[in-house]
Amino acid sequence: MIDEKILLTPGHTGCAGCGQALAARLVIDAAGKNTIVVNNTGCLEVFTTGYPYTSWRVPFIHSLFENAGAVASGVESALNYLGIKDNVNVIAQAGDGGFADIGLQAFSGLWERGHDILTICYDNEAYMNTGIQRSGTTPTGTNTTTTPVGKDSIGNLRWKKNLVDIALAHKCVYVATASIHLPIDLQNKVKKALKMKGPKFIYILAICPLGWGSEPAKTIKVAEVAVKTGFWPLVEYENGVLTKVRKIKKDELLPIEEYFKLQKRFAHLLKEENKHVVEMWKEKVKENIEKYNLLED
Amino acid sequence: MFAKIILPPATGLNNKTGSWRVKKRPKFLHQNCTGCRQCYLSCPEGCISGSKKEYNVDLDYCKGCGICANVCPVNDIIMEQE
Amino acid sequence: MKEFLEGAVAIARTVATCKPAVISAYPITPQTHIVEELASLIANGKLKAEFINVESEHSAASCVLGASATGVRVYSSTSSQGLLLMAEVLFNAAGLRLPVVMCCVNRAVSAPINIWNDQQDIVTVRDAGLILLFAETIQEACDLHIQAFKIAEDPNIMLPCLVNIDGFILSHGYEPVEIPSQDLVDKFLPSYNPPYKLDVNNPLTFGPLVGPEWYLETRYAIQETLNNDVKKKIVEVAEEFTKLFGRKSYGLFEEYKTEDAETIFVTMGSLAGVIKEVVDELRERGEKVGLLRIITYRPFPEEVAKVLLKAKRILVLEKCISLGAKGPLCEDVISVLYTQVSSNGSKLPTVQNFICGLGGRDVSKEELLEAYKDTTILKFIGLKKENLGSFI
Repeated sequence: MIDEKILLTPGHTGCAGCGQALAARLVIDAAGKNTIVVNNTGCLEVFTTGYPYTSWRVPFIHSLFENAGAVASGVESALNYLGIKDNVNVIAQAGDGGFADIGLQAFSGLWERGHDILTICYDNEAYMNTGIQRSGTTPTGTNTTTTPVGKDSIGNLRWKKNLVDIALAHKCVYVATASIHLPIDLQNKVKKALKMKGPKFIYILAICPLGWGSEPAKTIKVAEVAVKTGFWPLVEYENGVLTKVRKIKKDELLPIEEYFKLQKRFAHLLKEENKHVVEMWKEKVKENIEKYNLLED
Repeated sequence: MFAKIILPPATGLNNKTGSWRVKKRPKFLHQNCTGCRQCYLSCPEGCISGSKKEYNVDLDYCKGCGICANVCPVNDIIMEQE
Repeated sequence: MKEFLEGAVAIARTVATCKPAVISAYPITPQTHIVEELASLIANGKLKAEFINVESEHSAASCVLGASATGVRVYSSTSSQGLLLMAEVLFNAAGLRLPVVMCCVNRAVSAPINIWNDQQDIVTVRDAGLILLFAETIQEACDLHIQAFKIAEDPNIMLPCLVNIDGFILSHGYEPVEIPSQDLVDKFLPSYNPPYKLDVNNPLTFGPLVGPEWYLETRYAIQETLNNDVKKKIVEVAEEFTKLFGRKSYGLFEEYKTEDAETIFVTMGSLAGVIKEVVDELRERGEKVGLLRIITYRPFPEEVAKVLLKAKRILVLEKCISLGAKGPLCEDVISVLYTQVSSNGSKLPTVQNFICGLGGRDVSKEELLEAYKDTTILKFIGLKKENLGSFI
């Protein structure tokens, strides 16, 4: 009774309500069966390819933690040599740890060399597979096991590494952010990217109920609030030019506290003594709103 | 000599994660469905399928996360006791 | 027809006759000349291949891993730090059973940084499930490359194979070399036809998470493949090569004047050239000595025990050391001798280990003739005491 068109099938061992599982399925269903997927070590490959089970209906390879960018470059080159690259998509994907930290070098090389590959980062803002440790995209004030909240600590200190800017600096032909609460938009972005030649980057916020302390049933809601607060702007760049911004209606804009309320990892930010952290978040949101002209009158 | 560690496609279908459910399961009421497909597009398992205005969940795989009930814009899916 | 060529150039031109599809490498002295020549051949239309200029050796190995998984012939080359950086990927390629062929141009390992020849780099990955071959001459390096593709890509083998050459000595040295003709190579080396690959028409999953219930057999499988299929194939391929190309290829190891030897030198790589001269000179003095040159280091051929047990004294000369223990080659030799001896009760010869040439220090015939008289069990040849003392 499983839809044949589903290329990332059920039977995987992702947590109930896993945002990354949903995002990954939306991506591959949009890309279609003529796609080779190269995946860094992380939650996704662990829960979709735990021997003897695999949930993939497309060719899939997992090598190491940091080399999807390079392995995919090799795959793409082989397809070029064989003269069949035009008929086969190559996706190189990783979580935030595998993309922004340990794997950034290989993705940087891929982008710089201009391979015709769609690179995707599923950002759940920590090393979830190894137990919720802080990564380069963990925002300020996040409670993780290596930046725990305590008497002397508000949680993680630094803000997120900006992967969108980094991708643009590498002259990726298509750079976009997406959210799982707008699945058709996400899939359209994947399809659009795959029609373009060259290195492409799609950045998806992957809600993690376990690591974020949110209710599994609310995964879509959390994604929606992330976008409606202005924290996760939905934008598209083509050939380096900002071409689309999904605006937020002024009366729909939510205060950032609404985002914190849904997640235990931010529970401490609702306390009076951490007001300065909330102010910092509001500054970051304001930057997004101004940079992308997010608000619609 | 090889050890069999290359996998053919979708062997995961043999892993019936429906056994994970402990409390609740979704019930598709089939009363107000508009065919928007939000349930199909929001299921992390991909175990909701159907067409037009009739969708159903495959309970062999459903983990009972409750997302489908939460996203249905016409409340045509409810979570009932397992 | 022989040409007087630089080792790296000869190797590159030989590799080109094997028609690799994807080549990826990162610059590191002294391997770089190999990939530079390959790049030049591609740029001049003499080789059709994708050449990926990557940002590190880890990525170079990963690129060729990915390309190999997609079903095409690949090639890379590295040394020293680069080899260490890609070590993880080599283990990965072996575990995934992908036939990545590479040249390791052996160079000393930092710190201190030293670009000259020794074999410390390659021994760090001897446990990875790789096929490791060692060339004595440039000609042999070329010949071993052609054989390496055939061995690695055998559908019953499917393991990475590294051809090792001593840095500068063989990479930058010049020799009269015969680059085999394309016709002969085409006859000898079939095109790569993998039993499995990334293919949208047959969507397989590579690299799953494997738990305790299944992991052990993956290692057993590689062990059995190395000890049975690989050894057999190396011998077979060497015989085939000898017949077709008219040039002797020895397979697992070369024996030089060992028949009645009472003392046998054991080594791998270009050092054998000096040792053969030492053997000749000692023979002229009436000494019964010989040399066993290891060509296949992994799998380590137990067959050497039969040769070595004829002698009373074994001198293992190597350009590497497992710090805190012995030279790795010596450890392997002692190990196979012991296994053989304990099963048939014969007597173990004395085994001495001479560590030499580290960091590119020259090893002269005279030093070796002196060492022949030495009875120390483990000795660093050419040690200069005046370089030792305080750290500043």
